[in-house]
Order: sequence, then structure tokens, then C-alpha cells
Amino acid sequence: MDVLLMDYLPLVVFIGVALVLGLALLVAPFIVAYKQPDPEKLSAYECGFNPFDDARMKFDVRFYLVAILFIIFDLEVSFLFPWAIVFGEIGAYGFWSMMVFLAVLTIGFIYEWKKGALEWD
Amino acid sequence: MILSALFFYLFASICVASAFMVIAAKNPVHSVLFLILAFVNAAGLFVLLGAEFLAMILVVVYVGAVAVLFLFVVMMLDVDFAELRQGFLQYLPVGGLVGVIFLAELLLVVGSWAIGPGIPTTITAKIPTDIPNTQALGLVLYTRYVYYFEAAGVVLLVAMIGAIVLTLRHKPNVKRQNTSDQVARTKETAIEIRHVQPGQGL
Amino acid sequence: MKELLAFLPILPEIALAVGAMGLLMFGAYGGERVVTTIQGLSVVLLIFAAVLAAMLPDSRFGTSFVVDEFARFLKVLAFLGSAVAIVMSLDYLAVEKQQKFEYPILILLSTVGMGMLISANDLIALYLGLELMSLALYVVAASNRDSIRSTEAGLKYFVLGALSSGMLLYGCSLIYGFTGTVSFEGIAEGSKHPGIGLIFGLVFLFAGLCFKVSAVPFHMWTPDVYEGAPTPVTAFFAAAPKIAGIAIFVRVAVGAFHEIVPQWQQIIVFVAIASMVLGAFAAIGQRNIKRLMAYSSIGHMGFALVGLASGTAVGVQGVLIYIAIYLAMTLGTFAVILAMRRNGEMVEEIGDLAGLSRSNPPLAFLLAILLFSLAGIPPLAGFFAKFYVFLAAIEAGLYTLAVIGVLASVVGAYYYLLIVKIMYFDEPVQAFQPMPGELKAVLGVTGLFNLLFFVYPAPLIEAASAAAKSLF
Repeated sequence: MDVLLMDYLPLVVFIGVALVLGLALLVAPFIVAYKQPDPEKLSAYECGFNPFDDARMKFDVRFYLVAILFIIFDLEVSFLFPWAIVFGEIGAYGFWSMMVFLAVLTIGFIYEWKKGALEWD
Repeated sequence: MILSALFFYLFASICVASAFMVIAAKNPVHSVLFLILAFVNAAGLFVLLGAEFLAMILVVVYVGAVAVLFLFVVMMLDVDFAELRQGFLQYLPVGGLVGVIFLAELLLVVGSWAIGPGIPTTITAKIPTDIPNTQALGLVLYTRYVYYFEAAGVVLLVAMIGAIVLTLRHKPNVKRQNTSDQVARTKETAIEIRHVQPGQGL
Repeated sequence: MKELLAFLPILPEIALAVGAMGLLMFGAYGGERVVTTIQGLSVVLLIFAAVLAAMLPDSRFGTSFVVDEFARFLKVLAFLGSAVAIVMSLDYLAVEKQQKFEYPILILLSTVGMGMLISANDLIALYLGLELMSLALYVVAASNRDSIRSTEAGLKYFVLGALSSGMLLYGCSLIYGFTGTVSFEGIAEGSKHPGIGLIFGLVFLFAGLCFKVSAVPFHMWTPDVYEGAPTPVTAFFAAAPKIAGIAIFVRVAVGAFHEIVPQWQQIIVFVAIASMVLGAFAAIGQRNIKRLMAYSSIGHMGFALVGLASGTAVGVQGVLIYIAIYLAMTLGTFAVILAMRRNGEMVEEIGDLAGLSRSNPPLAFLLAILLFSLAGIPPLAGFFAKFYVFLAAIEAGLYTLAVIGVLASVVGAYYYLLIVKIMYFDEPVQAFQPMPGELKAVLGVTGLFNLLFFVYPAPLIEAASAAAKSLF
């Protein structure tokens, strides 16, 4: 177990360095930067009129469709990793079981394509 | 060993704290960001357990895809969250009660485990330690557990059909590129030659 | 070749899944023109799968899928239930212009999930089957997405279904943790010395299953979903998924936990009593016939669970007879509800049935038979259904349960008879539009089945008896 965890030491060091560097760059301006705020500087930059309403608007539901289709294919790909590692050991049975799995999702993909779910309008 | 214990407490405490912030944060977008932090720390916990593959999946699928989906949903719903939260204190007693009941149940379960800690280990299959986690999964998932694997594929297919059936709407009168129609056009269908007499027009 | 033969036990499910995918491709390329062809082929496919399922020998696929008499009996019922649900949707969808080729395909895929659920022999197969079935159900509940009621029904069903899945998984993980295995045989072995953790797991697992069969106290979604979903979808919900739910309930209870019958018996007794009583009393005030059917189905699930509460082969036989007759009664009643169309609009109020005996005597007669049968009045089929479950309860010494059940069915008879009274003695309102042929066929077959069941009940009772014995 400890051998496994030792493998992750570089990652820990990396995250540690990234954290320190990121925090340093974040904190340094508070200490050294020149600050003289006034109300006009702090207000949101907008040309001409005062803002009519909130700048945040509802996202289109199509983003959701794209995201959920992405999740499905993301999961499909995640199943490929263990398969690739043991590819030589599981034989033809393992190969064809993955092919069937991919075929099922390819059918879904063809359906999605023909329905026009990949088109924006 | 002490080091891994330290990391466990680090990950676990950040995980619980950020999970609390998910429900306590005022801004729903912040909630999603705290959720991502909770996911990453849970992945760290998985690594400590030796379940590297699950840790990777947690980062790739949950942080990479599910959290993004949550962000979309939060932005899609035009809900005034400050208004929604007004009932928060009102429902706190009921929610707290449910939480206390769950906690009591968990304590009971842990209590029974403390009485007979040998029970689970004696009947569980041994975890193989000589091969990597991902490889161990691969060796059984595609052969011995092919039934679950293909069933998962069909579940994903249903999810795909369902998402499309429920959300896909095409705007009417949108002109799309249709390659076969375009290629099939000939001179006869595309242009018409008229002989215009001088001074008359068409 | 030997490897391929190993797939024989799951052949009906493979046929359904492959057929559904083929039809999906057909629909994707054919568009809306081929909807009726796809509907027809789906029905043929379901009947084919039912025949296949009935012919399979006792076998297993790995450790997670088992084909036995119990599975065969219930699969035939579930597949036929789904087929009839598609047939009943034809006219409605065409008239309401809601024809989508995905609808029969989602029903097919949901039915694959039911098959997996009925044959599930470990917790992972149970969960996968349940999710496959439910995921398609959530989508069809919201399939009329321009109607706010349908969307609401889908969303409510989805959120509560996800909650119940969560509870079920929590229970499964506790059971796995305390027995060290997910297979039902292993759990039976490991539950010889049940600890409190295992009991908690059992309770959570049963809570999740109660959600799926809409038994009290996990029934809250039922009336709203039944009322909001398009009527053919409601007819589907009331039939096939309930069979799969009851099937897995029985298999988990007597297959995995037969060592600790006293522990789960009290849960089932409580759930059965609560469902029967709530189903009887809450239905009284309803004016919408779909809501009424929702409470009626809650009550009927309670009656079916009475048989399970006894924990014996006789009890399971009672459950199987009950669920088979329930299928016939429900499908017939929904055939009438789907025919309640006036001036091109669906009507759903009970008052709209007033004077049906004069405007359409055969329809009124068959509906009256179905309602009498639902109420459990001899000599109709519904009486035998109740008779067998109460007999099992009395044999197992559960007298209180049986007495409360009989009283609840007396109360329940009130609202069924009220509808009969409205049909036969109230002033007629405008007649319904003529009933489409396929609904007539469904209503005729189910009505005659309920009426004439007492003449020759042996085949069903023997089949149920053999199916029940295969679990013990």
C-alpha cells in the first residue's frame, strides 16, 4: 500500500508547489500593489447607458443536451481504460464484449446524429 | 503510515467542510465549485484506499462532466436563490431531525460493527494486492461480469434517448446544409434561360 | 459455440434489446412516417419475447441472472402487459398528435429492465434492472413535454425515484458490508446470524422497493404521476412495472432473506395494512378517475403484499395469482378510461360516466364487471385473487392482517360500486365517441377473463403454484 502511495509523491509535491505559487501570486498584489479606488473606477464598465437589467441570463437548454451527451460518452471512454490495460489477457471474449458495448452506444450516436441533436438550431 | 493517516484527515476534513459549504453557500455557482472541491478530495480518499481507477473516474467524470452539467443547470434555471433560501430556517428543524435519525442509525451500525469486527472480514473475498487496481477491474469486468457491463451500456443508451426526446427542439424554418441535395443540383434545376426581348422585360 | 450457448438464458432480453435498437435505427432513418410500423413491430417483438421467455429451460447466466418457473411466469405477464400497453396507446397518440417513434422503443427498453429485474439474482443485477426500467419510465411520464402536467409528473417521478434508488443503494451497500457478498444465495447464507447492520440494510432495501411498487408510506408520487402522465402511459405504469416490482420484492424477500422471515415480516405486514387502508379511504373523495385508479393500485399492492407477508409458498402463489388478475383488471379499466373521449377531448371525471348504461350498454356492462372484480365480489376473478392471499395469511397465523384486509376491501368496494351506480342510475350525459377496435378487443378479453375466470381457474392457479414452489 505504501509503495502505491509513494508513487503519488510527485503529484503531492506538484500540487504543493502549485498551491504555494498560486497563493503567493494572489496575496502579493494585496501587499505591494498601488491602490487608490474611487466610485467610477469600481463601477462595472459599460458603454453608454446604465445597465437595463441583470447581465446574467438564462442558459439555453441546448447546453444541457450537449453536456449530458458528453457525460454519456465520457463514461463510455472511462470503460475503455481497464479494457485497454488487460487487452492481452482477456482474449476474444473480452474483445467482443467491448465491441458489443461500443455497438450499443454507436447506435445511440447514430440516432443522435440523425435526429440532429448535434446541430445547434 | 502516519503520513497516510495525516493525508486521510486532510482530505476527509476538506471533503466534509466543502460538502457543508455546498448547501451553505449563498451563490449556487459557488455551491457547484465547492462540490468540485468535495469531489477532488473524495478522489484523494480513494487513492488512499488504493482504488486508483475510481479516483480517476471521479475526477474525469464527476469533476469533468457532471459538475459542468450542474453549472449549466444552475445557469439555466432562472431561480432567485435568495428567495428560495428564505424557507431554509423554517425547514431546518425537520431537516435536522432527519439528519439526527440518520446519525443515530449510522452509530448503531458502527456500534454493531464494533461488537463483531470480525464478521465482515471473514466472509468477504480477499482483495488482491499483487496487481494494480485498474487491471484487477479489467480482468473481471469484461468477462465474468459481462452482464453488468452490457446492461450499463443499455442504461446509457436509454439516457441518451431520454435526453434527446425530452429536450431536443428544432426551430422551424431553419435552413440546413444538405450535402446530397446540393450535389444533386444540375444545370437544369438551378438555372433557367430566358430570352428577353428588347424593351419588354420579363 | 459453447460460449454462445451460455447466453441462452438471457435470450428474451437480448431479443428485446437488439430489436429495440434495430427499431431505433429504423425510426432514425425513416422519421415520423414509420411510426405505425414501429409500433406494430414492437408489439410483435414483445409477444415473441414472451414466447421465448416461456420456453426457456431452468438455467442461469453467471451468478446474476436466473431463469426458473417464477421468472417465466412473471416475464410472460410483464411482456404481455407492455405489449397491451403499446396497443392501447395507438389511437390516443394518433388522435392527440403525440406520435413519436421513441415511445414504443422506450417501452421496449423498459421491458428489458423488467426482465432483468424479474430474473435478478444479486444486488447489482437488481439495481441495473431497476434503473433501466425506471429511467425509461421517467422519460415516458414526461413524454408530452408541451403539457405542464406531464412534465411535472415526469419530474416528480424522477426526483422521488432517484431518492428511492439512493435509499435502495444505501441498503444494498449495508447488506454487502455485513454479509460480504451481493448474491442472493450468499446473503441467505450470511444472514443466518443477522446483525443490526444487516437489518438496517434490509429496511432500506425494502423502502426502495416499496417506492417502486407504490406501497404506503412511499406512495406519495403515485396520484400525481398517474394524473399528470398521458393516459396510455398511466395504463402502462399501472401494469407491467408493478409486476416487475412485486417480482423482485418476492425474490429478495424469500430468496435472499428467507433465514430472517420474522424480521421482514413485520415490515411487510405494516406496509400491506397501511397500503390497503390508505388505498380504501383516500380513493373515496376522488373525482378524477386516473387519481382514483392510482389509489386503487396502491390498495391492490397492499393486498398483493398480504400474500408475501405470510412468507410461505402458498403466500407467494397468492401474490402471483393476485398480480396476474390485477394486470387483467387494470388493463381493462384503462381501456375504458382511454375510450372516454367526447367531442374530440379526453374527459377524466368520474361524473362523465353518468348514464353510460343507456348511451353504451356493452361498455357499461364490461366496466361494471371490471369494477366488481376490482372490488373483489364473487364469483369474479378479483374475488379469487383476494381469497388466495387472505387464505395464505390465515394459514400463516396473521389473523389481524387478514381481518384488516377484508375490512379494507369492504371500504374499497364502496367507491367502485359508486361508479357503477353513477353509470346505471344517474341521468345520462352526452355519449362518448365510438371506441377504437383495439381498445374494444382489450376490454372484451379482460372483461370476459374476469367474468369467466371461476369456470376454469386451474391453469393460472397451477402455473402460479409451480412458479411459487420454484422459489422454495
